Amino acid sequence: MHDAQRPDDEQGPVTSDQLRLIGTPFRRVDGRAKVTGQTRFADDLFFPRMVHMKLVRSTVPHAHIVSIDTSRAKKLPGVLAFLTGDSMPVPFGILPVSQDEHALCQDKVRFVGDPVVAVAALTEDQAHEAALAVEVKYQSLETIASIDEAISIMEPRIHDYGDEGNLHKKISMEFGDTEAGFSEADHIFEDVLYFEGSTHLPMEQHAAVALTEETDRVTVYSSTQTPHYLHRSLAKVLELPAARIRVIACPNGGGFGGKSDPFNHEICVAKMALMLGRPVKICLTREEVFYCHRGRHPVLMKIRTGVKKDGTLTAQHLQTALDGGAYGSYGVASTYYTGALQTVTYKLPKYRFDSIRAFTNKPPCGPKRGHGTPQPRFAFEVHLDKIAHELNIDPADLRLEQLVAPGSVTANWLKIGSMGLGKCINAVVAGSAWRERYRNLPEGRGLGLACGSYLSGAGLPIYWNHMPQSGVQLQLDRSGGVTLFCGETEIGQGSDSVIAAITAEILGIDLHDIRLCVADTDLTPVDLGSYSSRVTLMAGNAAIQAAERARNLVAKGAAEELEVAARELVFAEGRVFHGEDPDKSMSFADAVIAAESRFGTLGTTGSYIPPRSPGRYRGAGVGPSPAYSYSATVVETEVDPATGIYRIEQVWMAHDVGKCINPALVMGQIEGSVYMGLGEAMMEEQIFRRLPKKRSSALVHKHPSMLEYKSPTFADMPPVTTYIIEDPDPNGPFGAKEVGQGPLLPMMPAVANSIFDAVGVRVDQVPIAPHMILQALEAKDRGKEARFGPKSFPEIDFGVPLRVPTPDEGGDGKAINIDEAGVRTGTGTMNERKDGVKEEN
Amino acid sequence: MAMNPESGLPDEQREKVSRRTFIKGASAVAAVGVVQIPGAAAGIDKAGVEPDILGPGPVSIRLRVNRSDLDVEAPPSTTLLDLLRDHHGLTGTKRVCDRGSCGACTVLIDGRVVDSCSMLAIDAIGSEITTIEGIGTPENLSDLQQAFIETDALQCGFCTPGMVVSCTALLEQNPSPDRDQIRQGIAGNICRCGTYQNVIEAVEYASRKGGK
Repeated sequence: MHDAQRPDDEQGPVTSDQLRLIGTPFRRVDGRAKVTGQTRFADDLFFPRMVHMKLVRSTVPHAHIVSIDTSRAKKLPGVLAFLTGDSMPVPFGILPVSQDEHALCQDKVRFVGDPVVAVAALTEDQAHEAALAVEVKYQSLETIASIDEAISIMEPRIHDYGDEGNLHKKISMEFGDTEAGFSEADHIFEDVLYFEGSTHLPMEQHAAVALTEETDRVTVYSSTQTPHYLHRSLAKVLELPAARIRVIACPNGGGFGGKSDPFNHEICVAKMALMLGRPVKICLTREEVFYCHRGRHPVLMKIRTGVKKDGTLTAQHLQTALDGGAYGSYGVASTYYTGALQTVTYKLPKYRFDSIRAFTNKPPCGPKRGHGTPQPRFAFEVHLDKIAHELNIDPADLRLEQLVAPGSVTANWLKIGSMGLGKCINAVVAGSAWRERYRNLPEGRGLGLACGSYLSGAGLPIYWNHMPQSGVQLQLDRSGGVTLFCGETEIGQGSDSVIAAITAEILGIDLHDIRLCVADTDLTPVDLGSYSSRVTLMAGNAAIQAAERARNLVAKGAAEELEVAARELVFAEGRVFHGEDPDKSMSFADAVIAAESRFGTLGTTGSYIPPRSPGRYRGAGVGPSPAYSYSATVVETEVDPATGIYRIEQVWMAHDVGKCINPALVMGQIEGSVYMGLGEAMMEEQIFRRLPKKRSSALVHKHPSMLEYKSPTFADMPPVTTYIIEDPDPNGPFGAKEVGQGPLLPMMPAVANSIFDAVGVRVDQVPIAPHMILQALEAKDRGKEARFGPKSFPEIDFGVPLRVPTPDEGGDGKAINIDEAGVRTGTGTMNERKDGVKEEN
Repeated sequence: MAMNPESGLPDEQREKVSRRTFIKGASAVAAVGVVQIPGAAAGIDKAGVEPDILGPGPVSIRLRVNRSDLDVEAPPSTTLLDLLRDHHGLTGTKRVCDRGSCGACTVLIDGRVVDSCSMLAIDAIGSEITTIEGIGTPENLSDLQQAFIETDALQCGFCTPGMVVSCTALLEQNPSPDRDQIRQGIAGNICRCGTYQNVIEAVEYASRKGGK
């Protein structure tokens, strides 16, 4: 990234041996405000004359709207205004290919919770009362509840678009000749597994406040992870120029992917503010948050792998079926992600992937920590554990022998950078005394090992463009302070601290001399948002560029005053001094004054665009990343064979983060991922029940409250021993890769594998409930298969797969049978369409 | 001793502000549209309101919050949480589950931890209420708040105020808790960022410093 032809009077890059702040556990910049309750989250904002909004949500799962009657509600005290779908007819959605949502339903509702009417009143209670008094009449349609029903029920369709019937998306891709790969194998293993849906359950409910500060402009404060995408959606639906809309993302009280979509309530609150000319707030109830969802897709999976006697993998065929819920959301990307990252951990020379995403009359699924990859990772890692057991190979060795090479290109054309998985496995194997204890613990106690990998940001933006995915702007002033402008959003992951530290490091100033202005579409350069673990790498690289440019300007100013060459100056401890003659020195503030005197007002920018990925086939847009993180875990579990009740006693987790920007924050992200992964392995379920027909057959959430939706507490959380592995990636800022999502992936399979080691039964689905273990133990006692899990994968005609020769087969990254595979250029993401067009040319 | 899983406090200490008291109050609203608060007479007298029948419209409520008297007109059905946040601008206390199962709205009532979402404001009349704003300020952090920063015991910060209040009460009662006592004592506070391990360390750190 740093060019060799740097002019003589410019400073070189800060090299890793010069780092003073990066790599040390500095305190996070938002700590004081957060421990004192001073941080202003969206629902903490109050404005003069502010009123409140509530949404009337559908009580039926699938129906035409016959009539909406607000006459009774209008008469209630404090009621100010109503909005219905006809006032906002333009559709929206996070992906360009699934613009299938409306701010308020038009003629049809698609799940219990779909918003139909917005009502504003003076107080929140009055708005709530008014919402209850709005009468909506529905004409019910048949309800599609599951993947099986979506396959078998072609009509009525939940949406009038999608690949067929109620299948939103259908994918089939083959990388290399998989049949040839299977024929080379000594054994072929096949498993069917199921991963239940779960939700993010952020502590903060979604909230938004809109106000019209100037007559023709609207400002929306929101708990969003993606202010830029919200900005675009608001412009589209409100039919206003984007320049007249300002989005400010407040610090998020937890996101985990659940605040990455533009939401109905954010658009309605802006429309209502424009209509009333006064500030309007909405804060969703906890129950509404469960219904907004966008969380983990339930996925049924069939995995078939060819293996040689020595454990070498020859080919894999993975089939996934996703229950998508009622809208597209990120679903097309999620669908591809259930296949894309199977190849980045172990050598997989031939690979076929088929998938469907079903529309069902339930809250829409979307991205949750790990986005689409934890489900197939669960399948793969449990499958490998079974293979290792059958071949009598240690599961750690089976993996260590198959690692993909750093710098290689996978069968599906993903470019691997640094690859520290071997070190991760070795760390947890040593830490847990795996070699001595695996298979040797007393009955009821077991160890399980699993691995994973995740993106450090998606290689491509959500909508096609050639612009930077992240931008940073620095303003230097004579006080010595530096103001950093960036569109990134702090959602708890520590992104504010990371970009401030990178900038402070390069300018040699104190972290607290950096003033942050983030996530404000009026003031900050675009950053695509806090999703796909992209901020440290992308905003970090942009910050490096902006800070190096600023340092060059300041160095030139200081060099003139100190009468030395600019390139010989060192920036540290808030001072600028000559490297060999430290007496020639001045404060950073004075150096800024010198530079400002010479150049005028000081400001610099930096931006980041990921390198281009080698894949050129349709679908190649999902999976590429500038760098992949790697994780390995060992979990120790105690199972009571009499009840099936189990307890995680200890977790050892190693994560290859490339380079620690801040080890304290890295460990926090690793432990947070372990925590959330344990929740998904053991208890978390976003599940629905069908009410009786006389009550509309509604699919309602089984437990939309924090008491009943079980998540791990202090009492459930085992001790975690964390190992940070640093295998720097050339694309990362100082070599850094992601850490926020990857360490979640191995948790679920490691728990399942540890239960097998403890009591010799397989539970091929998560979350794993005690009764599942008990049933498998009973089956074992009866001489049947010692297993609990799904029996079969549905018969689906995936058609002719898109065939892409692998790099080893001499391919060029393109598909060879576009006509035969029937690639539809009318659908797919913009990136895919563009790739499709490129292929056709 | 029976421990309450939500507060980690012995049941008898929580009795005065239990969910049952709250529900009893709520059903009284449903039944007759008025609330009777025998214990609250002193506070109401000051406001010049009929001592035994209140509501359903706004009434004067004087609360003692963070060592200051705060007066407000609010319906007697207002929860303590809503009163603190919406009427007094004390937004450090968070509304999360809204039914006493996550601990994010924890405040101290006469030194005891209480889920403010599940208590009526009028039930707190005459008590000393401490919110996160009363525990420390950015310039004057409590030892425990400093410990949260030093051990990186927070991420998104939304559970943090409730977590700090619960841990403060725990250290008040038991200045040197062991790990199990810490876990028990704050088991009612949920954190979705998964900072539990570091919160335990923060309490230990503050305990070693002898502070709270």
